[in-house]
Amino acid sequence: MARLLALIRKEFLALLRDKASRMVLIGPPLIQLLVFSYAATFDLNNIPFVVINEDPGLAGREMVARFEGSPSFRQVAALPSTAGMADLIDHRAALLAIHVGRDFSRDLMIGRPAPLQIVIDGRNSNTAAIALSYASEIVLGFDADWAAAHGGRAAPATLEVRAWYNPNLLSRWFVVPGIVGLLTFVVTMLVSGLSVVREREAGTFDQLLVTPYRPWEILLGKAAPGLLIGAAEASVIVVVAVTWFGVPLIGSVVALALGLALFLVSAIGIGLMISSLAATQQQGLLGAFLFLVPAIILSGFATPIENMPRLVQYVTYLNPMRYLMVILRGTFLEGDGFVALLGQYWPLALLGAASMTAATALARRRMG
Amino acid sequence: MSVAMRMRGLARKEVKQIIRDPSAILIAFLMPIILLIVNGFGINFDASHMKVAVVIAAPEETSRGLFQALAASPYLDPVALPDTQAAEAAVIRGDVRGMLVAREDFNQLLARSGRWPAPLGLDINATDPNTARILEGYVSGALATWMTGLGTERRLALAGGIDLQYRDWFNPQLRSADAVVPGIIAMVMTMTGTLLTALIVAREWERGTMESMLASPAGMAELTFAKLGCYFVLGMGSMALSVLMALFLFGLPFRGSILALSAASALFLVFALGFGLLISTLARNQFVAAQVAFIATLLPAMMLSGMIFDIASMPHWLQIVTLAVPARYLVSILQTLFLAGDVWPVILPNLLGLAVAATLAVGGTLMVTRRRLD
Repeated sequence: MARLLALIRKEFLALLRDKASRMVLIGPPLIQLLVFSYAATFDLNNIPFVVINEDPGLAGREMVARFEGSPSFRQVAALPSTAGMADLIDHRAALLAIHVGRDFSRDLMIGRPAPLQIVIDGRNSNTAAIALSYASEIVLGFDADWAAAHGGRAAPATLEVRAWYNPNLLSRWFVVPGIVGLLTFVVTMLVSGLSVVREREAGTFDQLLVTPYRPWEILLGKAAPGLLIGAAEASVIVVVAVTWFGVPLIGSVVALALGLALFLVSAIGIGLMISSLAATQQQGLLGAFLFLVPAIILSGFATPIENMPRLVQYVTYLNPMRYLMVILRGTFLEGDGFVALLGQYWPLALLGAASMTAATALARRRMG
Repeated sequence: MSVAMRMRGLARKEVKQIIRDPSAILIAFLMPIILLIVNGFGINFDASHMKVAVVIAAPEETSRGLFQALAASPYLDPVALPDTQAAEAAVIRGDVRGMLVAREDFNQLLARSGRWPAPLGLDINATDPNTARILEGYVSGALATWMTGLGTERRLALAGGIDLQYRDWFNPQLRSADAVVPGIIAMVMTMTGTLLTALIVAREWERGTMESMLASPAGMAELTFAKLGCYFVLGMGSMALSVLMALFLFGLPFRGSILALSAASALFLVFALGFGLLISTLARNQFVAAQVAFIATLLPAMMLSGMIFDIASMPHWLQIVTLAVPARYLVSILQTLFLAGDVWPVILPNLLGLAVAATLAVGGTLMVTRRRLD
């Protein structure tokens, strides 16, 4: 045991000896947490739009006023006809154009369908879809109020929507827990992905091998810094998410901690596997990159896994990030405890055991 | 020895080095292939077959019609459940994204137009608010279709009201791949360009071969440009490969000109390669260079480039920060070139941004190398 501790101490010294390396591991993740948490929102609050109101009546003006009054929209121009509209959208000066036709008020008055055209820049399809949903909300509200005020017939049925877990539909509540996982993952891969190959390139790995240490002990020593640094950074990030960004953590903290620990083991296992396979640091880094990026994208961090092609969905079962995302969002927002997350724990444990075993085997084979 | 001859010699050395060590080739060609495929299929905002539980407390013909209307939507996958408890449990387990409930009195309310509107409860798991909003949109779309059918059936003038017609320019189906793939190309190029030089030159510093090169009659500028030149060719190859994949694998249109595309790619590559050189010169050690390259390229290019998150909706101070992320200029140019065409008022300012970034990266490297030698 004492000799294992000595080995772990050596690994920490090797990692943190270099001032630049220390800074890289501690500073950027915290800065990135702050920057990305502000950046990562799907909520639009500044949709530039152009108005073409050809309607001489009251309804057109009221409709435009509703858009102007909405905090999400910002009017950039009002045109007499559709002539200059295309330019404004092409140049990205306006994301959408609202075109109220000449007969809008009259049609509404006599109960004929009153067309209202919205033209939207689809270059960024997700932004366009969200902007459109905001716009149709405003239009529906106008429609209902108009019908009520002018004695029109109400629609036969309405939706009464309740949003669970995130009643105000705040993107930040969704994204910040994801960023906790993202940064923990990146730091862990940085620490573990190069650890074995760095020594192999320097030639000191051979020296380590001729010591009485068993291969699994050596790997354990290599895993320790990643585990401790990853756990420490994850804790700090969780605290910042709750205190600074006000994301509620209503589930069990113990369940979250267990999930993070299991995740760290499997991420480190994969990092060490890559590190043991690589012959040079360049290859190690390349391997880490080639694993990291898909693992982030295919985790459900930004877009739901259900939207992916079925084959890709199967691949995600091998991705530890996938389970972590469920654990993070479950404990933060949905109030999950240990039992609800069992289905996420066991695959992580399995991945961790398999990857650590494989890493040990690979490191040993490389020695022989 | 003339400059031209020296440059030719230096270039030959770099080419040999690239051929001998496969990592450069792997970075330039394997990385774009893998990343484009994975990300192109993985980043998808187009939800289809969203599961939603439907509870109709007192089923009869009219309310069954509602279920059929939901099932007819290509985006929804309604699951009929007997009661609210079962539906709530399904939402909590995460089996369905939401539940739509028509209470006992729904049919009675619906039968008498004086008591309209009859309420339908829609509970959504809003952990992911974006998806929640999309689900709400699809359900209310299906509901509107159903109501129109109901109106025709009962010969009611349900018409009237506003008929919202919208057109999406450039991307009529709002296919998310069309918007995301240009973003992924920018991300891939940031990483490829930076990694190519960051690691390879850091190794030369680590081994001391960089200093001996600098002691040769070839000046620092010549050395830098020889390196940039060789990796530039490699990087442009990787860019061409990415664009071809976008066109043929993901079926994107290309409405701009090759000229504008080449100009943007070239400037961006000079930036990325220069940035990699700068990192490796500052770090002079592969381990630290790798860590910095990792942190400075991957996540900023993904989060701050506008490829996933809308820049105009970020706080003001952060919008200013994104000006320092050159990937945002490339994302904007590529989205415009692929989907809209040569819209110069969009392309030129972004090209200018790229030019400034490229100048800073290369100039910075020259300055730092000079200082480092003292």
